[in-house]
Amino acid sequence: MAQAVEGRTPSGPAGFRAIYERYSPLLVPVLAVFTALVLGALMIGLTGGDWLAAYIGLWQGSFGSPRAIADTVVRSTPFIICGLGVALGFKAGLFNIGAEGQLYAGAVCVVVVGTVLQLPPVLHIPLGIIAGALGGAAWAAIAGILKARTGAHEVINTIMLNYIAIRLTDWLIKSKTPYILGDPADASGARTRFIADSARMPGIPVGDTTMLHLGILIAVALVFLADWFLKRTTVGFELRTAGVNANAARYAGISVPRTIVLAMALSGMMAGIAGAGEVMGVRYALNADFFSGLGFDAIAVALLARTNPIGILFAGLLWGGLLTGARLMQVRAGLSIDVIKIVQALIIMFVAADQIVRFIYRIPQRRAGEETMISKGWGGG
Amino acid sequence: MPERRRGVTRRQIIAGFFTLLGLLLIATNAGGLGAADPTTTRLGFGVPGPVIEVPTTLSLTVIGVIFVAAGVLGFVPASEQASTPALWLSGVLLFPTVLIWAAAGKQTNVITMVSETLRLGTPIALGAMAGIWAERSGVVNIAIEGMMLTGAAFGFAAFVFTGNIWLGVLAAIALGGLISLIHGALSITFKTDQVISGTVINILAIGVTGYLRRQFIVDSGGGRVTLPDITIPGLSQIPILGPLFFVGKPIFFGMLIIVVVTHLVLFFTRWGLRTRAVGENPKAADTVGINVTRVRYIDVAISGLIAGLAGAWFSLETVGNFDDGMTAGKGFIALAAMIFGKWMPFGAFGGAMLFGFAEALQTRLQILNVQIAGTPVPNQFLQVLPYVATMVVLAGLIGRAVGPAAAGKPYEK
Repeated sequence: MAQAVEGRTPSGPAGFRAIYERYSPLLVPVLAVFTALVLGALMIGLTGGDWLAAYIGLWQGSFGSPRAIADTVVRSTPFIICGLGVALGFKAGLFNIGAEGQLYAGAVCVVVVGTVLQLPPVLHIPLGIIAGALGGAAWAAIAGILKARTGAHEVINTIMLNYIAIRLTDWLIKSKTPYILGDPADASGARTRFIADSARMPGIPVGDTTMLHLGILIAVALVFLADWFLKRTTVGFELRTAGVNANAARYAGISVPRTIVLAMALSGMMAGIAGAGEVMGVRYALNADFFSGLGFDAIAVALLARTNPIGILFAGLLWGGLLTGARLMQVRAGLSIDVIKIVQALIIMFVAADQIVRFIYRIPQRRAGEETMISKGWGGG
Repeated sequence: MPERRRGVTRRQIIAGFFTLLGLLLIATNAGGLGAADPTTTRLGFGVPGPVIEVPTTLSLTVIGVIFVAAGVLGFVPASEQASTPALWLSGVLLFPTVLIWAAAGKQTNVITMVSETLRLGTPIALGAMAGIWAERSGVVNIAIEGMMLTGAAFGFAAFVFTGNIWLGVLAAIALGGLISLIHGALSITFKTDQVISGTVINILAIGVTGYLRRQFIVDSGGGRVTLPDITIPGLSQIPILGPLFFVGKPIFFGMLIIVVVTHLVLFFTRWGLRTRAVGENPKAADTVGINVTRVRYIDVAISGLIAGLAGAWFSLETVGNFDDGMTAGKGFIALAAMIFGKWMPFGAFGGAMLFGFAEALQTRLQILNVQIAGTPVPNQFLQVLPYVATMVVLAGLIGRAVGPAAAGKPYEK
């Protein structure tokens, strides 16, 4: 194996080669993004669009001005936090597609705390975040408990919970007899009442419409917290052990069902916090069409970063940037925003099937232990 | 996987559920037994057909007593021989119970209900067959949702541009097969984790179909035409069975045929034997000269073709248009149906019909304007029914259903 790797590395000074081999895993996501953008340009060109104008618009709309950067950061915050949640699940061998439903569950709790209570901001804001965290954790724990007790696969259950959460939120918002969370003053009936001023996150206004709120700082803090939790705590170790080899974990005296429920709850807690950030920092209310497709986006971010918490910070920023820039791209090149969705899917494809990228760019094959292994059938028996 | 747990068993949970439900039925209905003018539910069978008039409170009370009896029996240790059939009977009785309760004082057509179930179960059954083909050969396919969506979008686009709806169906099938080859390449050749590969396909499908819709379909202004109804002469005249199985739309018939053919091919042909061998023990299959990679590729392609047809059901057979995310999780519900049927075609068909019933019930309850405690049940609660049913079925059955041994594992020589 070692010889094969050496044979494929380009010739050069020994020091350079060592560095190359050390950092080549980092190279894969970068090249995956590059390849996906090239393919995206090809697709735009083939369907009759102007790819250069599109990409210039994409860049200017996402990182081209202070306001664009602020927009990107705000947009990225939920992706970073939810991506962290998905990564925590991955580490425990769980595939949580339910970030969307968990975010809704958390956001509903935040709206309740934000509209019902009257508190000073010092108490109200942390309480709102805690409410969001608990809501998300509880919603995800349903799938965790079902997995631990009956072996029902979390992929199907978290998706079902997404649809259930969306429908129930819709009812909470739109119910008119009686009004539950809906705002009688809002004629369209598409949102909840606004939360109290004391529950709104402080932030720096950038431009007329953008508020760079506290959420990104929370996201960064959570990134380091998650890193520390996974690497330095007993529970984090148990979680990773159960994810790598459930039988070994059981032999070592770790309760695997308990770990599964805990990992799902932590994963959902993150999504709930992201929901809190969106309600308390951006919209100050909850809409029925709040965040569609977030579950898949969160998985994409976690995969792109290879479940590394620090990497998720950058992967989330890239994700938010692509979506933020898409609007200007649409204006400049007259293309639908869905082009970006395709580019994002291609990125994930190349990250997941890294052999393609490694083959194109002659990067050494991955070593044992670098791959992410999730599926173990449907957990019967 | 789950460690043998202490405390309550699954049987006790089911028994408890029926006991509680039975007590609830008795408590809410026994009081109205002596009423001078009892409410009745009229159950119709076909439009010019017999109508059975059932006294609502009496029948619900009787069913409640049966539930309680079965439930209590389920708690008695070592009574499996008697309690298992009793609990199954209770499970089957749930269907008429819901209908009698929901249509109290009104009339409801049972035949329509069953045919709606068959119709709404069609994409789920097709998706379950797609799942069976892939998983029987050892490839977990959670991309059925994405393949359906792709089939629905491209099938509709092909219909709009060619004007021929049958070409649309063909395009849907072809695109389903094509996108399944990406799943094959990722999970078989590149040995990517199969759940991740499936998720990639699902994300890709959302992006590509959305792009297709906004860039091309929206402006074209076609559509609103669906596949024609077909009545099979002669057979459709059979009372009750005729209107159920011999009148319908083409993809519905296609589904019935595919279920039977899947069963025959899987269990009575050489190809089926090879598929199952590769799914259970690829190493052994390889040793006797079966090309594992080739078998898996072809089976995943078959899976994609069927999922593409299921996609055509949405856009070309039912709605006559394409909307973003119109498959609404049916691909995942199909997987639950597959697990329900223990990876057997007819069992999966049964599971699909169970979920089809949940869908049909949802619309029926909306029409009947069901009330609980004097207030109408919000539509959103009814819309949740199929998803909750999926979770309950999955939780209740999966521990006992064991899939193909090699599903989920890439084959390394």
